[in-house]
Amino acid sequence: MGSLARYIALRAALIVPSVLILYTIVFVVLRVIPGDPVLAVLGTKSVPPEELERIRERLGLDKPLYQQYIEYLMGVLRLDFGESMVYTGRPVWNDIADRFPATLELAVFGFLASVVLGLASGVAAVKGRGPIRALANFYAVTGYTLFIPWIGLILIYVFAVNPILPFRLPVGGRISPEVGLREVTGLYIVDSIITGNIPALIDVLAHLVLPSVTLGIVLGSAYARLVRSHLREVLASEIVAGYRARGIPEILLLRHALRNTMVPIVTYMGLQFAILLGGAVLTETTFSWPGLGTLLLERIELRDYTAIQGVVIFFAFMIGLVSLVVDVIYALLDPRIRY
Amino acid sequence: MAKQAILARPGGLMVTAGLSIILFYVALAVLAPILAPYGPTEVSVPKELAGRPQPPSPEHPFGTNELGYDVLSRIVWGSRVVVQVVALSAVLSMAVGVPLGLVSGYYGGPVDRVLSLVMDSVYAFPGILLAIAVASVLGPSVGNAAISLMVVYVPTYFRMVRARVLELKARPLMESLWTAGLPDHWIILKHILPNVAPTILVVFGLASADAILTEAGLSFFGLVVVYPEADWGLDLYYGKNWLLSGAWWLTLFPGLAITSFAAGFALLGEGLARMMGEERWS
Repeated sequence: MGSLARYIALRAALIVPSVLILYTIVFVVLRVIPGDPVLAVLGTKSVPPEELERIRERLGLDKPLYQQYIEYLMGVLRLDFGESMVYTGRPVWNDIADRFPATLELAVFGFLASVVLGLASGVAAVKGRGPIRALANFYAVTGYTLFIPWIGLILIYVFAVNPILPFRLPVGGRISPEVGLREVTGLYIVDSIITGNIPALIDVLAHLVLPSVTLGIVLGSAYARLVRSHLREVLASEIVAGYRARGIPEILLLRHALRNTMVPIVTYMGLQFAILLGGAVLTETTFSWPGLGTLLLERIELRDYTAIQGVVIFFAFMIGLVSLVVDVIYALLDPRIRY
Repeated sequence: MAKQAILARPGGLMVTAGLSIILFYVALAVLAPILAPYGPTEVSVPKELAGRPQPPSPEHPFGTNELGYDVLSRIVWGSRVVVQVVALSAVLSMAVGVPLGLVSGYYGGPVDRVLSLVMDSVYAFPGILLAIAVASVLGPSVGNAAISLMVVYVPTYFRMVRARVLELKARPLMESLWTAGLPDHWIILKHILPNVAPTILVVFGLASADAILTEAGLSFFGLVVVYPEADWGLDLYYGKNWLLSGAWWLTLFPGLAITSFAAGFALLGEGLARMMGEERWS
């Protein structure tokens, strides 16, 4: 086996236990602690005991716990997340598959916004002047304490309710109802491009602006602080002093220094995915974004435990998968990273 | 003199600012019955004005909501829920995370490896999601919210304490303590714990900043208290329905409270870390 293949296999072997641990915790919390979820959800209504028994049987909740634990795990590997407890006969996977593209699209654009904002304010915190520098520094230290729904609602007020721009930005959903779009992948940006639907593309992008910027503002402060500290370090190094002495323009120096700071930033991007998903859940509920976050909120209200369990476990598997992909990308980029 | 000395040290200004903010909100929570102009669910506007949110005015500096509740008073009363949940969750997370981190780091071995793997896995998962899962089962209450937050923040304390213990174990002093034949519990309590204490303080600041945001998220999802009980995140959730009709005051002020309280803890943690010349926790 090649060293790269061995490395990938080892990384995968390390990620599997972590996903299993999370699966176990979620199983204990959502399946074991409620005791009898069927009774917890339907017990208050006057449902005859035979009917409750039938529901338990249908959801597989009548089997011993260890059997449920294994069967559910096997199901997840086949993308079978069980059945909703509230909507009879509806597989949880259908809802997840329906909503996931919206969350993914938001996460990708939120990620881009956070990198752009983080880089810009990180540079401003080191090279900026006066109030801009002070503001950028303050953002780098405390930006992550901004409450996501709060920032979202402020943006809604400033750009949609009482717009400072000559037009209003959309603040709810992914696309205007009057704009038709044929769904292919569920990722509306991709769909509108491959079907050549320019009006839909513009509309979808407009819907993405405020939610992405909201996520970007809150998550960008972490990049700002990274860029700030590494830029300071690099610009204070002797080699940069040497370049300065040779009269190399400051802007060129900055470009080289920034290239140097990209290594820790790329490292951080991999870690950021989990935080991004958590942030997306709150952003979605603020902007009525039809993703997994709003799905979660809807099902919490209905106490649909199987759906909540499905969504949370889906997130755990996604995060495991992404960290594996990030590891592999590293290994491909840097041949020194091997076991 | 002591105050000047604190301000003069690196991070001193941040610690002072952070502590002031924290003390402000704690005082607000303790003195709520004296400070709040109205009760949390007191209809404080004339009948003909109820039914629509009223903008800020001299009698209601932060305005009122559609039920006639005073927004400022609800923020004051709501601080009680936030302070209680965050304080309780910090105590619980420390009570579990610190001893586990000390013992796991000190003894090492297979138990340490398994424990670290479990803690790392939980740590890598988005805290708000985990808290939502736990809270959705336990149901909305202050105690349950604190337990949900504990599940999220135990790994934070554990990881930082364990890492610090490993650092200390590598010091020559340890060698002499072992040679002197001191019992393990004595070494842990008398020599390691005092050296870990500053780290615990830093983690307390940074984890509590995060915990306030997670609590607000839980509350936003209706998982801490039930409306009309006052809590900042929940008020923000209900206020958002009126934003499109222009009632900005229902969301601006509760959100400001959440963020400024969290920023207070962030400044405290950050400032303490700088004071001790430590790299920031991440």
